[in-house]
Amino acid sequence: MNAGAARALTSSGLQNHFELFGLQAAFGIDSEVLEKGYREIQARVHPDRFAHAGDAERRASLQWTTRVNEAYRTLKDPVQRGRHLLELHGVDVAFETNTQMPTDFLMQQLELREELEAATAKKDPANLDRLRAGLSSAKKGLEKEIGAAIDDRHDYAGAAELVRKLMFLDRLDAEIDLAYEEIE
Amino acid sequence: MALLQISEPGMSPAPHEHRLAVGIDLGTTNSLVATVRSAAPAVLPDALGRPLLPSVVRYGRDGTVEVGYAAQAKQALDPRNTVVSVKRFMGRGLRDVAHIENAPYEFVDAPGMVQIRTAAGVKSPVEISSEILKVLRIRAELSLGGNLSGAVITVPAYFDDAQRQATKDAGRLAGLNVLRLLSEPTAAAIAYGLENAAEGLYAVYDLGGGTFDISILKLSRGMFEVIATSGDSMLGGDDFDQRVFCWIVEQGKLPPLDPKDMRLLQVRAREAKEHLTFHGEAPITARLSTGEVIDLRIDSETFCGITQTLVQKTLGPVRKALRDAGLTVDEVKGVVMVGGATRMPQIQRAVGEFFRRDPLNNLDPDKVVALGAAMQANVLAGNKPQGEDWLLLDVIPLSLGVETMGGLTEKVILRNTTIPAAKAQEFTTFKDGQTGMSFHVVQGERELVADCRSLARFELKGIPPMAAGAARVRVTFQVDADGLLSVSAKEKSTGVEASISVKPSYGLADADIERMLRESFEHAKEDVHARALAEYRVEGRRLIEATRSALDMDKGLLSPEELKAIEDAAARLENLLQGADHRAIKQAAEALNRATDEFAARRMDAGIRRALAGRQIGSL
Repeated sequence: MNAGAARALTSSGLQNHFELFGLQAAFGIDSEVLEKGYREIQARVHPDRFAHAGDAERRASLQWTTRVNEAYRTLKDPVQRGRHLLELHGVDVAFETNTQMPTDFLMQQLELREELEAATAKKDPANLDRLRAGLSSAKKGLEKEIGAAIDDRHDYAGAAELVRKLMFLDRLDAEIDLAYEEIE
Repeated sequence: MALLQISEPGMSPAPHEHRLAVGIDLGTTNSLVATVRSAAPAVLPDALGRPLLPSVVRYGRDGTVEVGYAAQAKQALDPRNTVVSVKRFMGRGLRDVAHIENAPYEFVDAPGMVQIRTAAGVKSPVEISSEILKVLRIRAELSLGGNLSGAVITVPAYFDDAQRQATKDAGRLAGLNVLRLLSEPTAAAIAYGLENAAEGLYAVYDLGGGTFDISILKLSRGMFEVIATSGDSMLGGDDFDQRVFCWIVEQGKLPPLDPKDMRLLQVRAREAKEHLTFHGEAPITARLSTGEVIDLRIDSETFCGITQTLVQKTLGPVRKALRDAGLTVDEVKGVVMVGGATRMPQIQRAVGEFFRRDPLNNLDPDKVVALGAAMQANVLAGNKPQGEDWLLLDVIPLSLGVETMGGLTEKVILRNTTIPAAKAQEFTTFKDGQTGMSFHVVQGERELVADCRSLARFELKGIPPMAAGAARVRVTFQVDADGLLSVSAKEKSTGVEASISVKPSYGLADADIERMLRESFEHAKEDVHARALAEYRVEGRRLIEATRSALDMDKGLLSPEELKAIEDAAARLENLLQGADHRAIKQAAEALNRATDEFAARRMDAGIRRALAGRQIGSL
């Protein structure tokens, strides 16, 4: 977050991204409420509303919109939402430093990557489609687990590992994208 | 300035004036200007009723500049001094320009952006583009009967930072107040969406003269949201001409051509392409300067054959945009076709087959971008009351990052992030006692810096000597609503700072633009002063009025001292408005703006808080 966005956050008296959109701080969110809240705030702060205004307001508008976009992006993405929520509970997901994962999970990841390589080598988009479909249902399952860990059991340390797993799957998803590009 | 604009709904300022605002489509082949008059958008034609302005600029030895049809008519006679498709050179270095060997200009490799030597001196693409924009500005001012309050200029969605900055500079150089740079497919979506009350997910396939864009948008009442965009800023209708040109050279077994013959055959190639849109076959005849006569016929099958790879090349970005949006073809409700090149039947067929539905062609592909830009300009100028306007959310087309060790790119802001956006990243020193760090800002998706576009380099100096890895340098990227980037760096323990708006290496420095503007106005100095005085007076009055009305509403947000400082600044400006010193008025207005800076920010915060409070009560 940049200095201006930080200022916008503190001066608004908001503690977290959720409040900005009138949401309870929870992993399970109503995406319609999120979208509606996003639109309402954008309608007030967006630079298009201030194209003809003075420098001061244009700056304030830029800072607010940047802040609102960041909050929206964070909440829309399950990994980022989980991370933000856990931070609010004092748990650092530590993507960068903590790469300790259960062995069976890592084995499974290795297998999936081998499948991906094979599909890429064979230039087989149907196989990529299949991989992606499998991945997408695995992600949905993990998201459910994260929701249960955070919202129901308040098991934040356990949730951190699940969020890290989800992030691994996101990375694989990005690699599938690259594979499609390579095939084309 | 209008502090008034933060007023609550229902308390908005009276619609006492309609500001003159235009949308400009600055195209590779043709340019247009449009405006909204009595609630309907319309393209403004020239005195002869022609809506298009060919994007062709000819420089004469005597310093005359011809733009449009007049210049186009002379392109084959004077190819070196007649610049066509200048958009291809915007924000580009010499090595970035495709088919440079077939361009009959004398290029000058200047730092950052290529330049062209003409009879009237060396010209940058920014200057050349500004000539086109100037003609459109004057056309609009004559037609609307007054000075323009502002303009929206469209750019290809896939334009990078350097190309966008160059476009904005050209606008300012043409004397325009650039309200916003707007992506072309987004502009088209506005025009299409409003015209057809469209809702849902739409793709805009925009193949122009020199650029290709694909954008996926979510349209809903009062909102245009770009989900993903992709494209190729070096692919357009020109490339189809080029294929036909090469075919002619091959069929005629022609030796290397001089610039005139080259331009002549390029014109013939384009005519043949256009003919083939409606006919199965096109004649190509020309008499070269050598006396040789070209007499060929090309049929549509041959044409499709030699351009097939170009058509396929557009589908890669289409797939990528769909993947980025997380959508399948079946989820897209319609495909809006934009740009003259989409008239080619093979394009229509390919897009129809890919999306498994007939493309939407019910808007004029040449005009739709300018019309959408005009509609957006009308909103930005504040001519639409709240509730009847709409919100536009666009994205950045290419990731932004910095170079790290080993020539690798570290992405800071990812492509398809909604703008405005900001992100900070921390870096550290890698040598003991290191007192400076240099940053190389790049744009692109590739891992190697060498494969991305270099935007700027800057240095943070004066870091106190520390052990390697001890300094903590926070680099902040901020992208504004035009998609333009500024970067700043700060060492956290000492507060040493450096920042750069990412333009000097590609665009023109502000001082250059001011100098050029001054030079161009020099012969009309009196006019300029009178115009400036009139403008500053209007602005000054508006500012005072806005400040007082803001004070009436929200005085409570200020301490007595702050209130007095603002009132004093307003009184001083009011006093100076009686006089004729436009500089003093400008300075006093700036002083009042500064004095209200914090006030404006607090009012905005208070507005948001009220909105949040209202919603929470409402939802209880």
